[in-house]
Amino acid sequence: MGATIAVERLVKRFGSFTAVDGVGFEAPEGKITALLGPSGSGKSTVLRMIAGLERPTAGRITLAGEDQTLAAVQERRVGFVFQHYALFRHMTVRQNVAFGLSVRKEPKATVRSRVDELLDLVHLGPFAERYPHNLSGGQRQRVALARALAPRPKVLLLDEPFGALDARVRRDLRHWLDGLHRELGVTSLLVTHDQEEALELANRVVVMHLGKVEQIGSPEEIYNEPATPFVAGFVGAANVIQGQVQDGHLRFAGQALAGAGHIDDGGAAQAYIRPHDVRVSGTRNNGDSVQASLERANNLGWMSKLHLRLDDGQTLIAHVPNEDLGAHAAGDRVWVDLRNAKIFAPTDGEAPADTADGDIRAAV
Amino acid sequence: MSIEALDRAPVPPDEERLDVVRADNADARRGRRVRALMLAAALLYVSVLLLAPLGGIVYSALKAGLGTIRRTFTQTDVLHALYLTFLIMVITVVVTAVFGVIVALVLARDRFPGRRLLSGVVDLPLAISPVIVGLAAVLMFGRGGWFEPFFTSHGIQIIFALPAMALVTIFISIPFVIREVVPVLEELGTEEEQAAWTLGASRWQAFLRVTLPNIRWGLLYGIALSAARAIGEVGAVIIVSGALQGKTETATLYILRAFDQRQDAQGYVVALALALFSIVLLIAIELLKRRRIKEKG
Amino acid sequence: MQQTVEQGPKLLQPQGRARLRSSAVLGRWSLRGVALLYLGLMVLLPVAALMDRGFSGGFGALRSAMSSFGAWEAIRLTVTMAAATALVNAVFGTLLAYVLVRMRFPGRGFLATLVDLPFAVPTLVAGVMLVALYGPNSPVGGFFERHGIHIIFAQLGILLALLFVTLPLVVRTVLPVLLELDPAEEEAARVLGAGRWMTFRKVMLPALRPAIAAGALLAFARALGEFGAIVIVSGNIPGRTLTAPVFIFQLVSQFRYPEAAAVSTVLFALSFLLVLATERLVRQRTDVFWS
Repeated sequence: MGATIAVERLVKRFGSFTAVDGVGFEAPEGKITALLGPSGSGKSTVLRMIAGLERPTAGRITLAGEDQTLAAVQERRVGFVFQHYALFRHMTVRQNVAFGLSVRKEPKATVRSRVDELLDLVHLGPFAERYPHNLSGGQRQRVALARALAPRPKVLLLDEPFGALDARVRRDLRHWLDGLHRELGVTSLLVTHDQEEALELANRVVVMHLGKVEQIGSPEEIYNEPATPFVAGFVGAANVIQGQVQDGHLRFAGQALAGAGHIDDGGAAQAYIRPHDVRVSGTRNNGDSVQASLERANNLGWMSKLHLRLDDGQTLIAHVPNEDLGAHAAGDRVWVDLRNAKIFAPTDGEAPADTADGDIRAAV
Repeated sequence: MSIEALDRAPVPPDEERLDVVRADNADARRGRRVRALMLAAALLYVSVLLLAPLGGIVYSALKAGLGTIRRTFTQTDVLHALYLTFLIMVITVVVTAVFGVIVALVLARDRFPGRRLLSGVVDLPLAISPVIVGLAAVLMFGRGGWFEPFFTSHGIQIIFALPAMALVTIFISIPFVIREVVPVLEELGTEEEQAAWTLGASRWQAFLRVTLPNIRWGLLYGIALSAARAIGEVGAVIIVSGALQGKTETATLYILRAFDQRQDAQGYVVALALALFSIVLLIAIELLKRRRIKEKG
Repeated sequence: MQQTVEQGPKLLQPQGRARLRSSAVLGRWSLRGVALLYLGLMVLLPVAALMDRGFSGGFGALRSAMSSFGAWEAIRLTVTMAAATALVNAVFGTLLAYVLVRMRFPGRGFLATLVDLPFAVPTLVAGVMLVALYGPNSPVGGFFERHGIHIIFAQLGILLALLFVTLPLVVRTVLPVLLELDPAEEEAARVLGAGRWMTFRKVMLPALRPAIAAGALLAFARALGEFGAIVIVSGNIPGRTLTAPVFIFQLVSQFRYPEAAAVSTVLFALSFLLVLATERLVRQRTDVFWS
C-alpha cells in the first residue's frame, strides 16, 4: 500500500548557507513519520527535496527502493500538501481533486467516481462545485488532501499542513487525519514545529535542528529518553538545573543527582527534568530530596504550577495535579524530588532558545 | 484604473466627524468648502483637458455630415490604410503576447544577474521617442545599415515595407504586456504550479492549465493596451514606412496626409473611428474583467 | 540505478531519470535565452546603431553638428515644454488621485475611466482633437483667436497636447501609493489637533513625495519624446514650436541621417537618464504605468 522513504546524507546549500547538513532517516511503510523541529531547522527543505521541488546538493533519496534523487517531480508520484493549500483558485473543488487524474488522461468515468470517492472520504461531497475562496481554511486543506490522494501516490508528504489554521481547527483536523491514515495506510511524512502534533500523530519522530538530525525514535523514546539537550528542551517542557559533576553525580544546591556517569569529573553539566517529574512534599521523603522555597503557585483548574527556588538560587517549575497537592503556601519551605533527570554535558549540544512550553526557561 | 482597486481602499477618514473634534464650526464649514473646491478644480481640469477635445472631435466629425462619412469609408486609400493598421495590430498583438509572457515569466520568477538590467530595459521603449526608434530601425535595416545586405540578398525588404513597420510597433508595444503581466505573476506565486507538478503535470501542462488561466485578465488587458498603442503608432512608423500611399500608409499616416492636403473632414472621421475603436476595446476588457470577478462571487 | 549526488553540482552522466531533470533545467535556460535575446535584439542593437552613426565623427563632430542647424533650439524648447508639463501634471495629477481615492461623489467611476482616456486614444488623434476644438474653424478656437490667445500653432497648444498625453502617467503612479496610506495616521494627526493643511503637509505629502516625483519624471520623459500629438498641433515653426522629435523626423525625411542621429543621441541620453532616476525612486513594484 505504501513505500519506504529513505534519505541518506542529504545536504542542501543555498549559496554559502547550509540548510540541510547530512540528514539521514527512514520512513517505514504505511506509517506516519514526523519531521519535528523549530523554524529554520531545514525540515521543509528536506521534504521538498523528497518531493523533487528542490534539488539536493549531495546525498541520496530512495522511494520504494528506487533512487529518485534527481528524478523530476512529475515522475515521483508523491502526494504533497502545502501549508497554504495551493488549491487551483480558478477551478472548482471537483476540478481540483480531479487534476492529478485528468493530467494523466484517465477516462472520464474513472475520474468522476474516484473524485466522488475522495470527496466522500473528506466529507466535502456537497461542496464539489464550490470555488476555493468560498471555503474555510479547514475545508480547503481537506480538499488539498483529497487532491493529493486522488492519483494514489506512493507516499504522502505534508508540509506543516495545519500551520495556517487556528488552534481549534488544527486539533480537529489532526484527529481527522489520524483516522484517515488508519483507514488508508499511506506512508506519510509530516513536517511540523508543533511537538504535540508530532507526538500525537506520528509512529516515528525525527527531531531536526539547524539542518541536522538530533534524534530518531518513537514518540515515547523522544519524550522520555531525549538524546540531546535540544530534544530534551524542545519536546515537552523541561527544567534545567546547572551543576558540577562529581563521582558520576551532578552536584548542586547541596544535593547530588545520579546519572552523570558518562561525563568526566569536575566538569559542568545540566540536568533536564520534566515539570511533572518534580515531586513536591512538605516532608523529606528520601535522602535525595532537595530543599526549596515555594515562591508562588498558579492553579489551572485540574493542576497547579508551583514556582520553586532552590537554595543556590536556581528555579524550578513543578506541575502537580491538584488532588495530589498538599497544603502549601507561598513562602513555605518544601522538599523536592527530581525524577527521570537527563544529564548532559555542555558538549552534548545546546538547549533550544525557545522551549516548546513557553513558561520554562533554561536557568542561567 | 479599475474601480475595484479604488473601492478596496480603506474608507477615508470621515472629515465631517473629525471636524467636530475641533469643535469649531467655522473650520468645519471651511473644510467642506475646500473639499468642494478641490473636487471642482479636478473636474474642471479633466473637462477642459480631456472631455472638451473629445467633444470637439465628435462635433467636427459629425459636422462633416453623413455623406462625407460614407464617402470616407469607401475610399480605397482609406480602406487600405485601415486594413494595414489592423494587420499590424494583429501581428503586434500575437508577437507581444508570446514574447511578453516569456519576458514577464523570466522577470517575475528568475533570479539571475542582469535581471535588474532587463527590468530597466523593458521600460526603455516607453521612455524614448518613437522617432528615435524609427531612426534606429532605418540605420539598422536601411541602405548602408548593418543588416541590410543580409536581407537584400534573401530578397526580403524590411524598410519601407510591412516588416519594419511591424517590428517598430512590436518594439514600442511590448512593454505594455510585460508591465501588466509581471505584477499578476508576482502575486500569484509558484505554489499552485508546484502543486500541479506534484500531481504529475509537466511544466508545460502546469503553465497551460494553472498559470495561464490565473494571469488571463492581466494578459488580456496588457494585450488591449498593446493593441491600442499599435493602432495609434505614428512617429516610428512614419519614418520606416516612407508613407507610400496605398502601400505603406497606415490609418494614422492617412490622417496626417488628410490634414496636410486640407481634407480635414475626412481626417476627423478616420481619427474619430480610431479613437472609438481603442476606447471600446479597453472598456470591453474592463467590463469583462468586472463581470468575471462578480460571477466568481 | 544507484546514484549519489556528490558535493557540488557535478552530476554523473545524465541517464534515465537524470535526463528528465536536465530537461527541466534546459527549459529554464531557454526561457532566459529568449528573454536575453529580446534584450539584445530589441534594445542593445538599436542603441548601438544609433550611437554608431551619431558618434561617427566623435564628440567634436557631434557638438558642431548640433550647433550648426537649430538643433539646440529644438532641444531647449522640448525640454522647457516637457518640464512645464511635468510640473502642471504633478499638481493636477496628484489632485485627481486624491479626489479619486479620498472622496465619494456621483460619477467617480466615470472619472476614473476618463483619466485613462489618453492611454486609449492614439496620440495623433489627441492632436487632432485639440485642432478640432481650438482650431480657427471652431467656435471655441475662433473665440480665443479673436482675443489674441493662440493655441494651435503655438506653444500653448503643445502644452495642452502634452498635458493630455501625460496625465494618466502621474495619476497612475500616485494613486496606488495613496491607496496604501493608512487613514489612521491622518486621523491621529487630526485628533491631536492638526489642521487639514498641516495634516496633508506633514503626514501625507512625505509619503507621497517619491511617487509624485516618479510620476513627474515619467511625464517628463514621455513629453520629451512625444511626436504624434505635437506634429499636428504645433505647426512645427523652427525656433518657436519645432520640438526635437519633429525636428528629427524632418531631418530623416531629408535623408540627413548623421544630424538626425546626433540629435537623437542627445534626446535619447536625456530620456534614459530620466528612466534611471525614476527606477531609483520607485523601487519594488515597477508596474507604475498600469494598475
